[in-house]
Amino acid sequence: MQVYAAWKAANVKPLKLSKTMRFDTIIIGGGLAGLVCGIKLQKAGKKCAIVSAGQSAMHFSSGTFDLLGRLPDGTPVEAPLAAAASLPAAHPYTILGTEKVKKYAEEAVSFLQDCGIRISGSAERNSWRVTPTGERKPAWLTIGDFTPLASKDEKIGNKALIVNILGYLDFNTKFLADSFEKQGTECRITAIKLDEMERLRKNPSEMRATNIARVMDRDGIWEKAAEQIKAMINNEDVVVLPAVFGLKDASVVEKLREAIGIKTMFIATMPPSVPGIRSQMTLKSEFEKAGGRFFLGDTVVDAEKTEDGRIKNIGTLNFGDIRLEADNFVLATGSFFSKGMIATPDKVYEPVFGIDLSYPEGRDQWFDRNFWNRQNYISFGAKTDETMNAYIEGRKVENLYVIGSLIGGCNALYEGCGGGTAIITALAAADRVLEN
Amino acid sequence: MKMQEKNISANNFEQCIKCTVCTVYCPVVPVNPLYPGPKQAGPDGERLRLKKGLFFDNTLKYCLNCKRCEVACPSGVRIGDIIQSARIKYNTEPPKLRDMILASTDLMGSVVTKVAPVANFALGLKPTKVVMDAVLKVDKHRTFPKYTSKTFESWFKKNVMSFQDTFKHHVSYFHGCYVNYNYPQLGKDLVSVMNALGYGVHLLDKEKCCGTALIANCMIDKAKKNAAQNIESIRKSVYERQMPVIGASSSCNFTIRDEYPHLLGIDNSDVRDYIELATRFIYRLIDEGKVKLVFKKDYKAKIAYHTPCHMEKLGWGIFSTELIRMIPGVELTILDSNCCGIAGTYGFKKENYEVAQAIGKPLFDQIARLKPDFVACDCETCKWQIEMSTEKEVKNPISILAEALDLVATSEANK
Repeated sequence: MQVYAAWKAANVKPLKLSKTMRFDTIIIGGGLAGLVCGIKLQKAGKKCAIVSAGQSAMHFSSGTFDLLGRLPDGTPVEAPLAAAASLPAAHPYTILGTEKVKKYAEEAVSFLQDCGIRISGSAERNSWRVTPTGERKPAWLTIGDFTPLASKDEKIGNKALIVNILGYLDFNTKFLADSFEKQGTECRITAIKLDEMERLRKNPSEMRATNIARVMDRDGIWEKAAEQIKAMINNEDVVVLPAVFGLKDASVVEKLREAIGIKTMFIATMPPSVPGIRSQMTLKSEFEKAGGRFFLGDTVVDAEKTEDGRIKNIGTLNFGDIRLEADNFVLATGSFFSKGMIATPDKVYEPVFGIDLSYPEGRDQWFDRNFWNRQNYISFGAKTDETMNAYIEGRKVENLYVIGSLIGGCNALYEGCGGGTAIITALAAADRVLEN
Repeated sequence: MKMQEKNISANNFEQCIKCTVCTVYCPVVPVNPLYPGPKQAGPDGERLRLKKGLFFDNTLKYCLNCKRCEVACPSGVRIGDIIQSARIKYNTEPPKLRDMILASTDLMGSVVTKVAPVANFALGLKPTKVVMDAVLKVDKHRTFPKYTSKTFESWFKKNVMSFQDTFKHHVSYFHGCYVNYNYPQLGKDLVSVMNALGYGVHLLDKEKCCGTALIANCMIDKAKKNAAQNIESIRKSVYERQMPVIGASSSCNFTIRDEYPHLLGIDNSDVRDYIELATRFIYRLIDEGKVKLVFKKDYKAKIAYHTPCHMEKLGWGIFSTELIRMIPGVELTILDSNCCGIAGTYGFKKENYEVAQAIGKPLFDQIARLKPDFVACDCETCKWQIEMSTEKEVKNPISILAEALDLVATSEANK
């Protein structure tokens, strides 16, 4: 208390602490769109930060990125780039223009490969992927683990050996067999049993793809799996396996393929997705290697604007009284799942900046009571134009960009255009930031 | 339309959409099949526990309280808090003698420091370790942190307290039990660095153990008492003395800022912004041009930074790493985010030893591959674990600054 008295006498004022941390661009949202945009800007020499409230939808990746699989009227799409021209005016592809969509779709391939993600595919023509339940869906880019099919009804082989891991529940062998048999592939279902995996089985609810991968990826274990699989092959010409290999390093997948020796197809599992998480980690470390700062598990709570309506800085839960300041802000917070948008009984809003969203008045317009039908609310989202800027109360915000599934005007689920929207709008917004 | 508009539940419990992301990042699940995992132990189990407390499962004690599930959760569910709150609310087993000893860091410290040479000698002896292993179930592989014979506080009062008032600016220092009883050097380093920056350092009126270990061992009454006392002392510092409070331990900081309101029900909202890590505080001063750092010309080090779990949760790793990056001659690598496995008192318990080492293995392997001169880290228990499990020494960023700064020139620059 003596100390205190001494200071009080000297009239010591409270400290005024610095309350900002500065970046060139701050991206809010660390999913596919946010990371692609951040990597491009960071590699172009901008000092970037990504603020991400938890992990992203990449954790549920199907193993492919889609560009356009179906028109809003339901017409299936074979040639996505050509079909993009007939999309409605509000669709993000139409807003950007077909030339740009083509340009960025091409750039996407080399961009992801440069980041270290093995992918193949073309925007000219869709290929097909097999879903965890044996459905077939159109795909644009396919991650190296998976085998893209050339047509919807391609036969994967004459005889397939579908191999599960004993005790693993997120791989539906029977559904897969039923679907392959439709094309005339004879299927046999079996499972491998590894001593190292038995520990996991003690806790069946935690015997998930990622935990299996952690065991499988160890040297000696995947070799054992390969040996068992090889020994099980009679006269099959294709082996079908769940995608539970290579959580950190995709090379395990290739080594396993080689060791099995015949055509081996990996099928996406129920979440979590091993190839999706690996891709996410690859992109994140690419961003950080380039010098970007990734703030995981932090939530943006508010924003301060300048008088002319530009965004000055943002506040987050973790940074507390230290504000994050930047020249440009990119909003990549996603749709409803990641709270990029929040719906109340009578309105939908964007929680960080309160940007303008487009959605119909009247809640009965939002959804169809038949769960399986096209749901309107999926197409709600941010208003934007060819500049990729966001609007607040009808006024364009020059230094705020909006990318990914937060953009409205498309129904990613129904049209199969989520991956393309994320990557293409992210690359486009990065270019806008660099131009200005 | 008829609908319930507001669902208010503790820890954002109702926001869980069962997406499984938390299970991917739990460090315990891959190595301990007895632990039901964050989803099951957290929101899934909570549904049942809300019906009836008898659904409480004792395996929740395997939770490290590392909060990695919360950092990963895309829906803002405070999974770790749900699990710890359930332990606090439903656990009926009284803490074991062993747990009480491990958790009472301040009581043990004040007793043992008095006989430190004997105690250190005895704790290091094989027969002692065997007895502790057998009787107390403290794993024999563990090396106990050495106790100091002179606490930080007594050193401070005897050697530096007298001239702290001569500085232009002032801060209070929450040193924590570790600095006081085990490793006063870190406290000394902090005082040297802050003094060189022109800041006087002061002890809080009364500092109690922050309670991290008490919470982990379900000694909640004691934790609440300590928390109330600490917040009162912090308020005194902030309001009466106008001094913000800094510390160098990420877990003490995290507990005071977040666990007090979330788990102990102690309101700290009025002073929360004034409790921060020294690295964050110094970062601000530098950013505003208020202080200058003058580094030694010949300082060279290859450093690997480990982000402690609670630092990950605080989201403040950037302040420590940016400070280290400012040192010329430093080559810094940030290690992959991975729990070291010790989780405070968790790894000391015999039943957890193997799991703790397995959790930390990827981290130890990465350190071995990188071959840094030393590891940097803001957490004292991570330091024990990494030093025991690798050949590398672990230094707090504040100690690194103390080493790398030309303290005399820095003092001159900040006069």
